[in-house]
Amino acid sequence: MSRHTTQRLAFALLTLAAIVTTAPIVLIVGYIAATGLPAVSWEFLTTMPRDGMRAGGIWPAIVGTGLLTAGTGLVAVPLGIAAAIYLAEYAKDTTLTRAIRIAIINLAGIPSVVYGLFGLGLFVLFLNFGTSILAGCLTLAIMTLPVIISTAEEALRAVPQSFRVVSISLGGTKWQTIRRVVLPQALPGILTGVILGLERAAGETAPILFTAAAFFLPQLPGSAMDATMALPYHLFVISTQIPGMPIQIQYGTALVLLVFVLSMNLIATVIRARARAQRQW
Amino acid sequence: MTTPPPAKITIERLSVQYRDGTESLRDISLSIPAHQITVLFGPAGGGKSTLLRALNRLNDLVDGVRVTGRILLDGEEISGPGVDTVALRRRVGMVFAQPVPLPMSIRQNVVYGLELAGVRDAARREWELEKALRAAALWDEVQDRLDAPAVALSGGQQQRLCLARVLALEPEVILLDEPTSGLDPISTAKVEQSLQEIKRLYTVVIVPHSVQQAARLADQAAFFLQGELVETAAGRELFVTPREARTNDYVTGRFG
Ligand SMILES: Nc1ncnc2c1ncn2[C@@H]1O[C@H](COP(=O)(O)OP(=O)(O)OP(=O)(O)O)[C@@H](O)[C@H]1O
Ligand SMILES: [Mg+2]
Repeated sequence: MSRHTTQRLAFALLTLAAIVTTAPIVLIVGYIAATGLPAVSWEFLTTMPRDGMRAGGIWPAIVGTGLLTAGTGLVAVPLGIAAAIYLAEYAKDTTLTRAIRIAIINLAGIPSVVYGLFGLGLFVLFLNFGTSILAGCLTLAIMTLPVIISTAEEALRAVPQSFRVVSISLGGTKWQTIRRVVLPQALPGILTGVILGLERAAGETAPILFTAAAFFLPQLPGSAMDATMALPYHLFVISTQIPGMPIQIQYGTALVLLVFVLSMNLIATVIRARARAQRQW
Repeated sequence: MTTPPPAKITIERLSVQYRDGTESLRDISLSIPAHQITVLFGPAGGGKSTLLRALNRLNDLVDGVRVTGRILLDGEEISGPGVDTVALRRRVGMVFAQPVPLPMSIRQNVVYGLELAGVRDAARREWELEKALRAAALWDEVQDRLDAPAVALSGGQQQRLCLARVLALEPEVILLDEPTSGLDPISTAKVEQSLQEIKRLYTVVIVPHSVQQAARLADQAAFFLQGELVETAAGRELFVTPREARTNDYVTGRFG
C-alpha cells in the first residue's frame, strides 16, 4: 500500500469514528425534538398538570427545577469558590491538603444516588428538614461542590504566577492580589465550572428522589421547607408510573429538560470562547 | 577627603539559602548610598537577583528560603520577622527583567499601586500617572491611548511602563533586575537616561545586562561571583583598576 493510500485510509477511518460517536447524540436529540415538539406549547409550559398528569402542562416541574438549581448555586457557588481560593492560593503543599484534593477528586466520582441517600439521612431525617427544597438544594450542592472546586482551582492556578509577584511587589496584600488580579482573570474558567456543575444538578433525579421531589402537587411550593416537583423526576414519573400516558407529553417534558440543560451548556461555551478571545496572556 | 554619602541601605553578613540547599548568597556586607546608582554585576547564578529580592522581601514568596544576617533601611531592620512587608514594598519598588504588564489598561497599570495603597483621590492619581509616565520617558508615546490594554505596548514601552508603575508609588529605593535585557539600544538608552534623572529623588540598585551598561551607570559597583561579593568600589574604578584578579578577568571578558 502506498503512503498516499494509507493516509487516505486513516483519514476515512477517523472520519468514520467521528461520525459514529456523534451520530447517537444527533439521533437522540433529533428524535426527542421530533416526538416532543408537537406537545410543547405555551399552555404546556405554563399550566399545572391535569387529569392525573395525562394532560395539561409541566409548569410546577419547571419552577421546581429552576428553584432547585438556583438554591444549589446559592449554596455551592460561594462555598466552592472559597474552597478553591483556599486550595489554590493559601494552602501549603502538605499531606493534609493533598488528602483534601484527593477527596475532592473522588467525591466527583460518587454515584448520584449515594448523594441522595446521604441527603436523606442527614438533611431530611437527622436535621429534620423533611422532604423539602432546602434538603434537596443542600444535597445537590454537596454533589456539585467537587466539580466547582476542582474547575475553579484549576482556573486560579492557570493565572500566571508573575501577575501575583508583580502585584505583591507593588505593595499589594495577598487578598488584594487575589481580588484584583487573580480572580478577574480566573472568572471565566470559574463560571464555566459553576455552570457545568449546576447543569448536572438540574438534570439529576437520584439526589432529589428522597430529599425534595414530590410525585404531584396541586400548587407551587410556598417556602423552602416544601417539597417540589422537578423536571427530571417528573419525567421519570410520567414515563414509568402512569399507565396510558400520552407519549408526546413524555417527550415534550424530556425536550424541555434537554433545552434547559443544553442552554446552560451553551452559555458556558460562549463565556469560555469570549474569555479566550480577550485573554491577555 | 570627602565624607562618604549616607547609607540608605546597609546589608550586614547576609546569607540566603534555598530549600534545595543552594547557598545563593554567602556572608554579604554592603552599604548602598542614597541617591546613587549601585550596580550589582557578575556572571549568571551569582546571586544578584536573590539579593534584590532580599531587599524588598520578595524571597518570602519562595517556599523554604532561609535568610540570615541583617538588612537595614534608614537604620531600621527590614530583614527579620515581624516586618510589615506590604509597607516595605511601597518604599522599595522593583522592576523585573521580563516586563509583566498586569492584564488591564495602561492607566490602570500605573495607578494600580496607588489604588492598593488606598489613594482614593482620582485627581491625585491622574497627576501621579502623568508624572510617573513622564519620568519613565513614556508619556509622549501613550498619552492619547491611556485606556488601551497595556499588553498592546511594545516590549520597550512595556518595560518603561513597569518603571512608571513603580515610580507612581514614589518609593525611596528602586530595584531593577536587568530591566533592559529584552530591549533594543534606543529603548535601553531611554531607560538609562531616565535612571540618571530619577536618582536625584530615589536610591537605585540595578543588575545591568552587560558589563558595558554596568560601567555606564555605576556610582558604585559590586561584583558578585557564585554567591560571594568579591569586591566593591565607587564609580568606574572596578572597570578600570579592579583589585581582584577575578573581577579583572570578568570585566576584561576572560570568563563569564
Ligand atoms: N527559587 C529558587 N530556588 C532554588 N534555587 C534558586 C532559586 N532562585 C535562585 N536560585 C539559585 O540561586 C543562585 C543564584 O541565583 P540568582 O537568580 O540570584 O542569580 P543571578 O546572579 O541573578 O543570576 P542571573 O544573572 O542568571 O540572573 C543560583 O544558583 C540559582 O540556581
Ligand atoms: Mg538574575
